[in-house]
Amino acid sequence: MSNMRSLTFDAIIIGGGGSGLRAALELAKSGKKTAVLSKVFPTRSHTVSAQGGITCAIASADPNDDWRWHMYDTVKGGDYITDQDAAEYMCSEGPKAVFELEHMGLPFSRFDNGRIYQRPFGGQSKNFGEGGQAARTCAAADRTGHALLHTLYQNNLKNNTTFLNEWFAVDLVKNANGDVVGCIAMDIETGEVVHVKSKATVLATGGAGRIYASTTNALINTGDGIGMALRAGFPMQDMEMWQFHPTGIYGAGVLVTEGCRGEGGYLINKDGERFMERYAPNAKDLAGRDVVARSMVMEILEGRGCGENGDHVYLKLDHLGEEVLNKRLPGISELSKIFAHADPVKAPIPVVPTCHYMMGGVPTNVHGQAIMQDAKGKDQIINGLFACGEAACVSVHGANRLGGNSLLDLVVFGRAAGIFIESALNEGIDYLDASESDVDTAMKRITRWNESTGGESVADLKAELQGIMQNSFGVFRQEDNMQKGVGQLAELRERIANAHLADKSGAFNTARVEALELDNLMEVAEATAIAALDRKESRGAHSRYDYPDRDDVNWLKHSMYFPAEKKVGKRDVNFKPKTVDTFEPKVRTY
Amino acid sequence: MSMLQVAIYRYNPETDSAPYMQEYQVDTQGRDLMVLNVLEMLKAQDTTLAYRRSCREGVCGSDGMNMNGKNGLACITSLSEVVKGGKLTLRPLPGLPVIRDLVVDMALFYQQYERIQPYLQNDEPAPAIERLQSPEERDKLDGLYECILCACCSTACPSFWWNPDKFVGPAGLLQAYRFLADSRDTATRERLADLEDPFSVFRCRGIMNCVAVCPKGLNPTRAIGKIREMLLADAT
Repeated sequence: MSNMRSLTFDAIIIGGGGSGLRAALELAKSGKKTAVLSKVFPTRSHTVSAQGGITCAIASADPNDDWRWHMYDTVKGGDYITDQDAAEYMCSEGPKAVFELEHMGLPFSRFDNGRIYQRPFGGQSKNFGEGGQAARTCAAADRTGHALLHTLYQNNLKNNTTFLNEWFAVDLVKNANGDVVGCIAMDIETGEVVHVKSKATVLATGGAGRIYASTTNALINTGDGIGMALRAGFPMQDMEMWQFHPTGIYGAGVLVTEGCRGEGGYLINKDGERFMERYAPNAKDLAGRDVVARSMVMEILEGRGCGENGDHVYLKLDHLGEEVLNKRLPGISELSKIFAHADPVKAPIPVVPTCHYMMGGVPTNVHGQAIMQDAKGKDQIINGLFACGEAACVSVHGANRLGGNSLLDLVVFGRAAGIFIESALNEGIDYLDASESDVDTAMKRITRWNESTGGESVADLKAELQGIMQNSFGVFRQEDNMQKGVGQLAELRERIANAHLADKSGAFNTARVEALELDNLMEVAEATAIAALDRKESRGAHSRYDYPDRDDVNWLKHSMYFPAEKKVGKRDVNFKPKTVDTFEPKVRTY
Repeated sequence: MSMLQVAIYRYNPETDSAPYMQEYQVDTQGRDLMVLNVLEMLKAQDTTLAYRRSCREGVCGSDGMNMNGKNGLACITSLSEVVKGGKLTLRPLPGLPVIRDLVVDMALFYQQYERIQPYLQNDEPAPAIERLQSPEERDKLDGLYECILCACCSTACPSFWWNPDKFVGPAGLLQAYRFLADSRDTATRERLADLEDPFSVFRCRGIMNCVAVCPKGLNPTRAIGKIREMLLADAT
């Protein structure tokens, strides 16, 4: 591929959402030659859809709030496979990152005293679970993700960040030593394929909710970074952990924020009963998302679901009054009218648990450095590869993420990766160049599609994949059904390997983009399925009928999925925070 | 069967010497789908059809297009809102160069956005916590910060069609006012000075197409009026 154009950067950030833009901002300020490579114009990234807020102990709603309380909630919320050093870093550094966003111009809602507005969210407590419900989620009405993403993009413009917008990263390029030294990327507008060389490659590619038929995620959430890393042979951590958000709009999958319940809304079944009082007597509708989602499914399975088919429940908001809805939840009022034909001022919103967030991803340390394991199962840094945001598993979310912690994760660890890469570049990074055959290896996949002459269509195969995941790896799971799903996926992989890209044109060929995305969905789905089958317990979002209890003796561990062997191993959870005592695993109730 | 007649603007620069309209038929089974759903159904049959989309819920601004003559977002526009006589005609946003089919080159639009320096400027040292802002001051940003940069407004504006390089356009001006209205921004004078020429703001003729098409219900014309008032007050 000697005729291929190449571009050279100190650092390339793949993905233009919250974490990518925050990392890019740090590096742009440092003067390093950096570019953000994004398959969509950055403000079209999925961060824009985040609604309720960014959880952080800035001590605005409660002047006595403490980041350690937030850390406790995060560790408990993650059902104790949250890495405590990472949660400590996020919760203690969080206020700095949030104040920075405010200084950059993020239009947070305000309290009368002029400080940032904070609302209650699920799983939040004061005084390590002893002091009742906290209000710790900083909000810009119910458009916090929009406000955050636009603010970060604007500040990248201010700092002259280089953008490769509407470029699609195809695969990582590794040198002879196995270091990551860049990627192959396609300029979508022209179809030109370019070799991007860089000393640091950051996967900030977000989640992959589109492996499920029903998801709150944008159509672009196809796990491109996860796919690239798995194809390069790198392991994934905790891929069985998928969050089902309690309140996806029935039928459409569109999210309505947990902030609805934070502001006082609650769920009811067909009898009008506030059923969460039975499942979580203390926190009620503000229990962890996994707990609420399971309770909803139980209500539906036991015949108390709403609607003609009894297959959803209602989110009641009308008692909050028009003023609160207009002031605090204007965006969801709009979405509910459009997608549920229900005006929450007058009618409840039909909702159902919907795939929302990937807790797993590329295992990293707090600096964003990607990790694999050596032959003895010891952590080993992958040279040149970094990850942050939803694509990474650092792991602050463990087996279940708390609402509002994703936006904090993005800015704290995007920033941390940027800071680390800057200092590493200052110290000097010198990896072997990729050879022509290294580049050819990374070109294999796109070449395969470009040379395909027949086979099944991408759209049909994608729909089949999403159906398998929906049916076998949903809110509740069990051995035989998952076995079946794993088998179906293995067969599907063969068919995808022979699928057809009919349109070979160059200019803005979205068929090619969707074909490349399908490979990534396949990688994510298979990693999810095999890891889910392997974890023989119920923890956080991973609930099994056949293993209903948490098993701390065998499974107080991260799972590690190794793509070459399609095998699952384990990795120790970090229980050693630097400045606070370890939070020991306890029975998790709300 | 309830067949919808769909006509779509097609143009592939590699194979077509000129754009043309292609006719499709879609069986909606009587459902009141969103226009984006129809496009997805067509894309499954004809993979060569190109359009942008991402969030599918009206917040990312990717799928702005012209539907039966009016700009809007395909993902939150239902067939019952736009279809007339069983027909739906889809064209790219007007006034910008077409890359392929419904995909336009947004470069001019983004340049006008960047031109207004769309970021908070404050020359005072930042405090250790957030800058304080009263709820009343914050309320002034409502109706401004929600812009999703979909370009529906600017590409519906005759003044922008005529002078896309010199007239900032409704989207850019809405953001210009978003920062002028922010109690935390200290660059008001510089911002106004930068807009003080016959084209940047004053090419707005108050046609209000921007208001009519904004999928977020925002009002760029009002923001432009406020900027004009500030410019005039500044001049006296």
